[in-house]
Parts: sequence; structure tokens; C-alpha cells
Amino acid sequence: MSNKYIGQSVKRIEDKRFITGKGRYTDDIKLLGMTHAAFVRSPYAHAIVVSIDTSAAQDMPGVMAIFTGDDIKATGIVGVPTGWQVNFKNGDTMKEPPHPLLVATGSTVKHIGDPVAVIIAESYAAAVDAAEMVEVEWEDLPAVTDPMKATQEGATLVHEDAPGNLAFDWELGNPLSEVDQAISESAHVTSLEFVNQRLVPNAIEPRAYIGQYDEVSDKYTLYTSTQNPHLIRLLMCAFVLGIPEHKVRVLGPDVGGGFGSKIYHYTEEALVTWASKQINRPIKWTETRSEAFQLDAHGRDHVTKAEMGFDADGNIKALRIKTFANLGAYLSTFAPAVPTYLHGTLLQGLYTTPKIHIDLQAVFTHTVAVDAYRGAGRPEATYLLERLVDLAALEMGKDPIQLRKQNFIPAFDGVDQPGYQTQVALQYDSGNYHGVVDKAMEMLGYEEFRRMQKEASQNGKLLGVGFSTYIEACGIAPSAVVGALGARAGLYESAQVRVQPTGKVSVYSGSHSHGQGHETTFAQIVADKFGIPMEDVDIIHGDSDAVAFGMGTYGSRSLAVGGSAIVKSIDKVLEKGAKIAAHKLECSEDDLEFDEGKWTVKGTDKSISFGDVALTAYVPHVYPQGLEPGLDFASFYDPTNFTYPFGCHIAVVEVDKETGKVKLNRFIAVDDVGNVINPMIVDGQIHGGLAQGIGQALLEGAIYDENGQLINASYMDYAMPRADDLPMFELGRQETPCPHNPLGVKGAGEAGCIGSTPAVVNAVIDALWSGGHKVKDIMMPLTPERVWTAMQQ
Amino acid sequence: MAQITVKVNGKEHTSEVEPRLLLSHYLRDVLNLTGTHIGCDTSSCGSCTIHMDGMAVKSCSILAVQADGSEVTTIEGLATNGQLHPVQEGFKECHGLQCGFCTTGMIMSAADFLNQNPDPTEAEIRHALEGNFCRCTGYHNIVRSVQWAANAMSEGVIE
Amino acid sequence: MISYAFDYARPTTVEDALAQLDDDAKLLAGGHSLIPALKLRLSAPAKLVDIARIPALKGIRQDGNELVIGAATTHKEILSSDLIKEHLPMFAEGAALIGDPMIRYKGTIGGSIAHADPSADWPAMVIAAEGTVVVQSKSGTRSIAADDFFTGFYMTALEEGEIITEIRFPVPAEGTRMTYQKFTQPASRFAIVGCAAVRKPDGSARVAFTGVSDAAFRDTGVEEAVGDWSTAAIEAAAAKTAEGMELNVDHFASEAYRHHLARVYCKRALVAISE
Repeated sequence: MSNKYIGQSVKRIEDKRFITGKGRYTDDIKLLGMTHAAFVRSPYAHAIVVSIDTSAAQDMPGVMAIFTGDDIKATGIVGVPTGWQVNFKNGDTMKEPPHPLLVATGSTVKHIGDPVAVIIAESYAAAVDAAEMVEVEWEDLPAVTDPMKATQEGATLVHEDAPGNLAFDWELGNPLSEVDQAISESAHVTSLEFVNQRLVPNAIEPRAYIGQYDEVSDKYTLYTSTQNPHLIRLLMCAFVLGIPEHKVRVLGPDVGGGFGSKIYHYTEEALVTWASKQINRPIKWTETRSEAFQLDAHGRDHVTKAEMGFDADGNIKALRIKTFANLGAYLSTFAPAVPTYLHGTLLQGLYTTPKIHIDLQAVFTHTVAVDAYRGAGRPEATYLLERLVDLAALEMGKDPIQLRKQNFIPAFDGVDQPGYQTQVALQYDSGNYHGVVDKAMEMLGYEEFRRMQKEASQNGKLLGVGFSTYIEACGIAPSAVVGALGARAGLYESAQVRVQPTGKVSVYSGSHSHGQGHETTFAQIVADKFGIPMEDVDIIHGDSDAVAFGMGTYGSRSLAVGGSAIVKSIDKVLEKGAKIAAHKLECSEDDLEFDEGKWTVKGTDKSISFGDVALTAYVPHVYPQGLEPGLDFASFYDPTNFTYPFGCHIAVVEVDKETGKVKLNRFIAVDDVGNVINPMIVDGQIHGGLAQGIGQALLEGAIYDENGQLINASYMDYAMPRADDLPMFELGRQETPCPHNPLGVKGAGEAGCIGSTPAVVNAVIDALWSGGHKVKDIMMPLTPERVWTAMQQ
Repeated sequence: MAQITVKVNGKEHTSEVEPRLLLSHYLRDVLNLTGTHIGCDTSSCGSCTIHMDGMAVKSCSILAVQADGSEVTTIEGLATNGQLHPVQEGFKECHGLQCGFCTTGMIMSAADFLNQNPDPTEAEIRHALEGNFCRCTGYHNIVRSVQWAANAMSEGVIE
Repeated sequence: MISYAFDYARPTTVEDALAQLDDDAKLLAGGHSLIPALKLRLSAPAKLVDIARIPALKGIRQDGNELVIGAATTHKEILSSDLIKEHLPMFAEGAALIGDPMIRYKGTIGGSIAHADPSADWPAMVIAAEGTVVVQSKSGTRSIAADDFFTGFYMTALEEGEIITEIRFPVPAEGTRMTYQKFTQPASRFAIVGCAAVRKPDGSARVAFTGVSDAAFRDTGVEEAVGDWSTAAIEAAAAKTAEGMELNVDHFASEAYRHHLARVYCKRALVAISE
């Protein structure tokens, strides 16, 4: 052990290649004989594929092969599955209609962009040219895109065997009758009906895949821009193509952002893999941005009615929620888990609410799948709670911070004090919620702000401050728990630590970075634990042939779960190393201490270095009897609980009275993500999350019209934060260690995105109230028009 | 097909290209300079930014034939004599990148901007980067990276 | 994304360009509207005639009482020009708000007005500054007043076979004030509403809008109401913005809100030049 790296803002190892243009993303890869794919996609949200004529396309120059839905159907390949099963309240099995790789004739396409054929050609241009020559006869049908309308009597069905367009219904919490009673006995009830709008993830790298088949070994290779190569291999092999896993290698090269959208197994991955064998040539497909808007799983899209009951003193007594969650046309990999186990379970928030009930309808519509997008369920839960509490403060004439604090769960460390058991299934690990609020308030200068706000108001200006506190469940997740909740996989992580004979270390991690800086953070841990320079550590990830197994990177899990797996392997190395060292030093293992890269006999200057022990392990001439040579350990780490980061976010805005335009003047975020390995990287994660959360509040939102056309499917129409939309962020930190993993870390990937959205909306509402506009709510995104309209009422 | 001659990163290339070939695809697919990325199809995201005849431009909205006779610098050619450009250094020093995908275009834009405005304010930096999307960093550290580079260049720390 | 196939020509004179400009050809200048449209296959020209580097189409000069901007002059060249800053400061102000730095390096004023995007910035400024669009065809040249140039949704008074060569503006009399005020669409950065306003030394006004309707237009209703430029007169003039017109609607602004914004931006523009 040494203390050189952990806790330090070590500059990132991976940056060198990225700043020089030497990153290697999937689309950068060229294989010998590589062909290119282009898809024929539906221009309708809902239509019968009457017929497909590919004859003209076949004759186009450079065309190698054309496959239609009928071709796929003939192989018996049914489609891509979901990874999670949530059953109906009455125990009936979730509706899980097939999601075909290509829609066959006689079947219906179910969202804009649903593919019916793929062209494979010698060049990208030839494939695109030929795709246009495919003639498809469509029978256009009415579409339904709104999750509430979809459940109404007589609504068009997305899937014939899913009546009422319900995938499942679900509830969680205390018995509804108890919650109803608590609400009815409340001195004050704050209620709100709102939409948590649909977002497009928009990783800047569009998805890209290359399928390759090798005749000699009968083995496939898939290069994919994914967050979890092994999960893709598992799903694709076992559930889609029926290929044994040892015959498939999945490589995830550098990945240009994911935010959830690259977790899922997409149809195109399976298609290029399957087709590469049919034509015996590698096939590349890179989506265009237009396709990305239409096809990459979207996020959020809840319609919610929420009620919060208070006693006369402002204590929260009950929370009653009814939510319609739009899951889109097909169930994506994590989709069923998002509105349920990543949302319903977070409705306790930071509050001691004694009675909570959520009723959820998970609905099919003629839109692209909705799945986990940064935060996934937890932003929706936080938005709901923090809007309600804030509105309640306004309605009851209470200070929004005082109201929150009086309802907070008291601090507990999870070691001497037990974890906090919520009404909605989870047990929080450790927390000090007052701490983050006090720190954030100090950074804000609350009194001074209220004085400035008053002054501004007298000058006809609208300044506002908005608060948000949040808790999230991440570091997903204990396999037994998620298994009981419907997951079809375990959510552990694997790591192999291979000490080379020279004492250099190769670490094989099942986590897969798409911007998080694992090559740096993980190396910091390994280097300190072994007392060696970081340069002596290499992190290898994203290759299913090199890495034993992996569940990938999402849910802020890489460090808490993947990092813990690395620590397990490190511990095994040190345990064996001690045996070797003791033998070499002719003492008992108990007499040794390991520090600064060497084992020393306590109280003496006799020692042996880590490198010498490694060499001995591989050149075992003088060696403990019965001990295997080598110094190489693999581990699987399955967490015992989720981790629970929390924090307090504060937004300061100015609203232009004449136009309704919101300017974000300040943003303060105090987050407690447990112990921190690399503060620079953690800050970066928070910054990025904040931008996305602020983007949801002010700019972003996918808009489907009633025919199911996505009307803002480009960067010319879908507004996303740019540099000049945002201020410098003011970050603060508190560190409450996670009591149940060896690093004490909780996870930082999603925090920024979870806490920020309601803070911004609350700030705008506060600004309007300061000008006498007693507005209850404004629908997100808070476009100038919506804010202006709210002021006119 | 049309014949073009383009000087890229100091080296002259003569190629036969289809007129519809975009400069971004020419750089990536013909010259194998894959540091220039393609993130959209509407000339919006800035991932494909390169320098052409001394100006930062979006190579996805320029045809390769339009670059005939031009001098082009891509991210691969930004460092000189093995010395990283101060903006490249700044991005590493200030954690101005995460996934790296927008980074190359962002650096090319910022380098051009600092040529014109060596001592910018924060607001000027933000305005200058309005043509480059980043989805990872929230821009905070990108702004700091450009500030770092501006300081380094003015203090002669680098170059 | 890749376009349909086409031929490409890069003439060096306007005459050569006209010779190349047959029925299925399209002119290519900065290309930042055309090339994305080609990539999305919204347009399928057989040939592109690249006029961006024709020397005769470039540059900014004073010609007697007129300022002349070559059609292929870029936004960046305009916003950096000392002549422009001196005589048509609104153009420097407005050009800096177009797109982003990379677009401003390539995009041209001629390309912008020929394309006539209803939300583009130049059309309003060109109208307010009393521009005259000079066009050349095989049969000669003609001049079109900017007031008459923008005829509808992506439509102009240009005829087949015509190339815009330059745009001419009267050098404003000393004491003229002008401004371009823009409410930006947050995704595309085009104008939801753009108002270009000029106050002449005699107190008369020229006011034009973009983004508001299917084409940029001069608003004489506003101009006539501005009277003595008092606060009350400006309020009254702004209230007349786009009176009786059919306005654009999109997911960023309904008709009512866009109308409101146009009035606000009219007022802001008039206030900015009122003293």
C-alpha cells in the first residue's frame, strides 16, 4: 500500500490518444474485405408491410446481398429480448412481444425507422444508393404515441396480444388504503400532474458495428460501440442468434459516450453479425445522426399524478403516485426495470415519509423504445419529490430548505448506526443529508440572495433560486436482489489482476469505459495497493476474449462494483505474494507487513520487493512447497447492497420578463458520492451530469406528433446545451464512505443529472413568484414560450 | 471522378474522388486520418472540425473536391515537431475531455479561436465554442482548458 | 449520409459559371445549407457549380456612394471588415450571430439570400439597409431591390440561370443608426425572430424582420408609426409589427408567441437606435 495516487487528481492516461486523434472508435476500424450496410426503414410509425420488391436494388452496382424481414423470419430468428421481467400486479407474465431484426411482410412496423430490409454493398455509398431502390408497399395505420391515450378504451394496439397497450402494471410501497387514509387525514395536500418528458441521449458518437465471420475457426467477431461487450455477447448468442458464446468475440473499442443508450442490445448488432456469415465478408454499419434520433433508446417519458400530504407542522405524512411510463414499441434491454425498480424504489427520497404508494402502468406506444438514460428512473423520482416539496413550501408559506430539513432522515453511517429501511424496498447504506444542504447553502449565501432577489424584483427583474436534494441507488447491484426483482442476469462484476514476471500489472476489467477514465482511476487503485508506479499498470477492457466476463458500465457502477472486483483480486495477489515473500525471507507470513511496494519483516530492515516476489512466482526455484507458480487472480464481486449517493443542488436563474427566456446564472452542486479516488474525474462526471439535467429542464425534449413522426429528429430542431448556455459550475463535496464495499465508494456518473433538473425548474418558479406570478408548474423543457405563457396567466 | 490535390498535415496527396465525397470521409476513409470524427449530418455538432487554409471549418459540410488546392490540418497534424499544441495540453491538464469523441473538433475550433483572440474572456470562449457539441463535460473543463492554453501561449510556457 | 452522385465544376469567372449553369445544375457557395440538404437527399442536382472562389464575387468595397459586397463574401469577412464596421455596423453585429465560427468562415451573404431560409439573418439586414441585389445571367445583368427580392418560403425573385454577383447598399448618411436584434432558436441558432432597424438622420426608419413569416419582409407599418422616436411612439410602432400577417409556427414558437417576440424585438431594436 502507498498513498501516492488514491485521492489525487491524476491526469488521465487515456487522454494522450484522444487529444492527438489516435482514439480508436468502431467507425475508425477498417477490416480487409469490409462491406457496408444500409437499412430500408419505415417512414411510418405504424403500417403493414404489404410487400417488398428488392429487384431494382439487387441490380445496383456494388450490391452484395439484400436481406428482408422474410429472410430473417425463415431462419427462425425471432428478435432481440429484454433483460428484465416485471410481472403484472395479478401475477400474470409481462407482455413481451418479439422485437424482430427486420419486420417481415404481413407484419407491422411499430415506430419511425423500424427496418424492413438491409442492403450490403462494397461501399457505403453503394449501399445507400441501393437502399433507395427497394420498393416497399405500406398500408399506413393510425398510431398512438401518448402513454395515457394508449391505455384508453379503443386505442390502437401496438401489439395485438397486449390489450390496453399494457406491458405490465405494477405497484410498490405501503398498502394503498393506508396511503389513501394518510392523505385524507393530511392538513395540507400538494398535488401536481406533470410530464417528465422524453429525452434523446445523443452520445456524440453514433452507434457503429462491424460483424466479421471467420470460416476456418467458425468464429464471429463483433466490434460494437457498447457500454457492455459481454452482456451483448450473452444476449446475442443465447437469446437471438443461438450461437455458442465461445464462438463469438465481442470487442468494444473506444466508445464516444453512451449515457445509457449504448447499454442495450440493438437489432443491428445481431444483424451484421449474422449477415457476415451469410456473405462471408465483414460488414460495417454506422448510424447517421438522423437514425440515432429515431433509433437509439430514448429516456424518461413519464406522465405522473403525484400527491404529498403534510400535517399542520409541515411533516410529510404520505405520498401517492400514479404514473404512466411510455416504454415505446418494443421492450429494450433494461426498459421494464427503469420506471419500477429504478424509480418506484427511490420515492422515499431523503424524507421520513411514513406512507408511500406508487401505481404504475407500463405502456406500449408507436415510438422508439424508452430505456435507461443517465440517471434512469432516479431523475424522475427526484423530480417528482423535489417539485412537490418545493411547491408545498410555496403553498404553505414555508421556507423550502427548512421544510426539507425538518423531514430529512437523520444522519447514519451504516456501521455503528444501521442502514435506513425505506417504505419502498431499499435500505440506504449511509447518509448525512443535512451536511450537503448546509454546505450548499453556505456556498449560495442564502440571505444575500434573498436580499438581491427583493432588490431585483423592485427593479422589475425576476431572479429565482431553486433547490433540490436527491438520493440515488447505484452501484447496481446485488444479484440476488435484482434477480428477485426480475433481472435475467446477475449484476456483479469481474476483474483479473495479472502480475507479470517483471512486476508490471495487467488488469482485465469487465467494466467498460465510454468516457469515465477507468484506465486512470483503476490504475490509481492498483498502483497504490501494490506500491508501484501507475506506469506499471495497464487496464484492459472491452474484449470478451481477453476479459473473463463483465456486466459493463452503467448505473454508476464501475468503481463501486468493478473497482471492488479489482480490489478482491489485488487482495488475493497480496495474500499469495506474502506466502512467497515469507518463504524468501524465511519468516512467517504473520511477521510481514506490506508497504510501499515491499514486504518487510516487522521490526527489521529485511524486505523483498513486489517485483522480486512477482519474478519468484514465475521462476519458482526457491518457492513454498505446494504453492502454484504464477501471480494472477480473477475475482467476481457481487455487492451486498446498492450504494446511495446523495446531494443538494441549487440553481440561480434570471427570467427575461418580456420573452420568458431563462438565464442560468449560477449552479451549485454539493454531492456526496462516498470516497473519491480521483477528484478531477469525479468533478468531470458531475459537470457532465449537470449539463444533461439542466438540458432537460430548459432545452431538451423529443416531440412525436400524433402520427408518430419524430418532428425534432436533428440538431437543427432538438435543442441541447452548448457552451454558452451554461455557467461555470460551483461544486462542493462531502464524503460519507459506503460501508459495504472495500473502497467506500458510491458512484458519481449520474448524480449531476439526477439533482439538477428540479433545481432549475424550482428556480424558475421561484423567480416568477418573486414577480407575483403564482405559477404552480411549467412543463419541461421550460422554453421561453412556456415561461412567458405562464406569466400571462 | 475528379482528381484533387490536397496538402494535408504538410503532405501533398493526389486522389481520384467522386464529387459527392465529403472532405470528412476523404480524410477518414482515403487518408486514414480517423481523428476527424463525424457526429451529425446537419453541420451542427462540430466533431469534424479541421483547419482548411488557416480557418476552422466543418469538414462534413465541405466536399473533397472543394478542398482541391487547399492546405488542410487535422488533429493528427496539430502538434509540431512532437510538441503538442497548447490547446491539446490544456485539454489534458484541465480534464477537458471524457469520451474523446467531440474532443478533436473541439480542440481544432479552440486553436483557431485563440489565434484570433489570444486573451479571451470566459464568455468569449463559450461563444466561440457554440459550434461544437460536447455531451460529457458540461463544457466547464473545456472552458478551463482553453483558458489554460491561452495563458500558456501568452506566458510562452509552450511554444 | 451521402448525397446522390453529381458532377462538379469550379469555374474561375462569372461567365464560366454561367456557361456551366444548365438546367439541372445548382450553384455552390459556402455550401452549409446546400451540402447538408444534399446529404439528406432532399435535393438531387446533376451538377454543382462552385462559385465560392471566383475573385469577381468576393470582397467589400466602396463604389462612390455605395458599399458593394461581393456575393461570395463570407460572414466572417463581413464581420471583420473595417468598411462594414464604419458604415454598416449592423452587418458586423448581425454576422457575428450567424451559425457558429466555422459556419461564418464558409457561409456567404449571396448564398444566404439566394437560399432565402425564412429564418436566416441576412435577409432582414439586407432589406433594412436598402440593399440592391445585382444578378447576372447569360443575357446580361439586372438589379433587384431587396424589398422585392424575398418572395416567399425559400423563394426569391431570382430566375433560372441567374447568379447573384453583388449586393449594393447606399452609404448611410452620417448620423444614421442601425442594429440587428435576434432571438435565437436554441438548436439551429437561426432566428426565431430577427429585427433589423435603421434610423436615418431625418428621423425616418427602415425596419425589416426575419423568422417571423414565410419570408423576410420590410414592415412599413412600424416605420410609419415610429414618429418622434419617443418611448410612447416606439411602443406604438412595435405594437404594429407584422400586423395582419400570417406568421410562422413551430415547436419553438406558436403564432401568438412569435408575434409577441417580434414586437419585443422590434421595440428593443428601435430603443437601441433611438438616441
